[in-house]
Amino acid sequence: MAKQAGEPKKRRRRRLSRKQEQRRQILRAAVVAVGLWALQPLAALASRLLPARKRLRPPGALPERAFLGACIKCGQCVQVCPVQAPKLADLGDGLGTGSPYLDPRMQACDFSCDALSCILACPTEALSHVVQTKEEVRAGFARLARPEACLARRGKAFQGRARGRDFPGVLRYAEIDRWHAMPVRDHPYDRDPCDLCVLQCPIGSTALALVPLTDEAGAPTGRFTPEVRAGCVGCGVCEMICPTEPAAIVVDARARPQAELLPSAPRPPRSGHGRASAAPEHRP
Amino acid sequence: MSFAGSVAEMLGRAPRRPKKYTEAAEIAHGRKRGRGMDVTRLLEEIASTAHPHTWRWRRWAVLLSINFLFTLSYWFDIQVLEGSMTASRLLGFHLADPYSSALVALAERRLPVNLMIGAVTVSLVWGLIGGRSYCSWVCPYHFVAEQAERLHLWLAARGIVRDHLLHRGVRTVLWVGFAVLAGWTGHTLFLTLNPIGILSRAIIYGPGLAILWVLLLLLFEVVYSRRAWCRYACPVGLTYGLLGAKAPVRVSYDLVRCAHEGECRKVCEVPHVLEMTIKGRAPDVKMDVGPDCTRCGMCVDVCPTESLRFEVKGLGDLL
Repeated sequence: MAKQAGEPKKRRRRRLSRKQEQRRQILRAAVVAVGLWALQPLAALASRLLPARKRLRPPGALPERAFLGACIKCGQCVQVCPVQAPKLADLGDGLGTGSPYLDPRMQACDFSCDALSCILACPTEALSHVVQTKEEVRAGFARLARPEACLARRGKAFQGRARGRDFPGVLRYAEIDRWHAMPVRDHPYDRDPCDLCVLQCPIGSTALALVPLTDEAGAPTGRFTPEVRAGCVGCGVCEMICPTEPAAIVVDARARPQAELLPSAPRPPRSGHGRASAAPEHRP
Repeated sequence: MSFAGSVAEMLGRAPRRPKKYTEAAEIAHGRKRGRGMDVTRLLEEIASTAHPHTWRWRRWAVLLSINFLFTLSYWFDIQVLEGSMTASRLLGFHLADPYSSALVALAERRLPVNLMIGAVTVSLVWGLIGGRSYCSWVCPYHFVAEQAERLHLWLAARGIVRDHLLHRGVRTVLWVGFAVLAGWTGHTLFLTLNPIGILSRAIIYGPGLAILWVLLLLLFEVVYSRRAWCRYACPVGLTYGLLGAKAPVRVSYDLVRCAHEGECRKVCEVPHVLEMTIKGRAPDVKMDVGPDCTRCGMCVDVCPTESLRFEVKGLGDLL
């Protein structure tokens, strides 16, 4: 029975008329075309979900949606970066596959190129040429995510390798070598109190400063806090260098300073829900 | 065949029997008619002589050199060829894939200067040295697809798989479709799916999961449809085909020498361009192979009568 059913089928395949064969070719072609286009919503969904949604992009990146459309996925930004901070996203990023992002905890952008090489290299201006100095970069904004872990806030010093002996990340220590970044593991620290994030911030005190904490009466407590200021560009060096595990200070991709941090805005009194004010201390 | 006709065939029109023949072609066809060609003997001869694969080796050498020059530039920071297949800089000069650039321009709704410089440079270069030469002499996907094709043919010869043809017009439809999608949604879907970009990045920066998509395409080609991406889908290839439609570097066909045994069409990625090698189909005695030709030289390698040869217009025979 099965054999009988199978045989005429085989014969029919051989006897396809020109027209039938043509119709099949068109049908297959249509299936392939529709199948490929159907990947658009799928890929768009993938880039809206999962980690891809909040990628820290290299300096000068256009707003996320425009950036994804403009990036030609060539990797020239990776090639020119002296510390190879940009990584190219994989399949899980959907429409962002092949686009550059930064994983600051592993390798932050330390601006050791001095010229925003990635922006200059970008052929599509997905990294906008409008940004000309590192101070103009707005990749993200740092945040003291775990104040309870911060060594400075606990009044502690830090001695040794910031990230252990196996950490592959590099940073430019200009006082040692102006032109070449060197591995963080080869540069032990001895700081009391711990101020690695502030010390290494490539922007300086307009972005991050170590501020003494005082008690209710306004007397010094011997403890300090890193204070993120409006000049923060989101390069991620503070997150990379933070010796606590996981980092006490992190960079939120594409975040901007809260209104209270902008110099023009009046600074409202800190209320209980503020992240940094979760600790009992407050500043005068 | 007219120029417009050859472009129409590249876009998907089925090859047609010529309506008019030149006098010389009439005579050549006439001579072959009636007089039995000893094709059997020729085929035996072909089987007994090893193919030199001269052009294939040259091509693979060029293709691998270019692709690994990217890798070397990155690994050893020699700054010769930076970037990848979609866009790069050769000693500082911008190069960009024209179709990818067009998609980005459509998505961005503006023309980034460096990208345009790169795309125009590349268009001029391939417009001169032969359109889809890019495909067979540079494209990394072409290389892996060739290997998959060998596997497909091996399996097909044993009756395990069968080639399913698609209507070639689908490539034109996709070419337009990806561009419309880019302009409409602001996202460049093609650049996400582009196996050339994925492979090129894998070769230079190391492979990721995206390589699975390339493997899926290759699997489709092995088990279902021979060379499907290059033949029926790749808009990059079609763009180069259009840019090089008038390119002076091409394969030329000599009707008088041809014995019509059809070896060339068996190895060709785009056999519709060799339609004139079918007995009685060539409207002229000397003809150029159409713009969809990738100048891979496979037909030149296998042709037992040297009827197919590389030629540079205005320079005489290249070989």
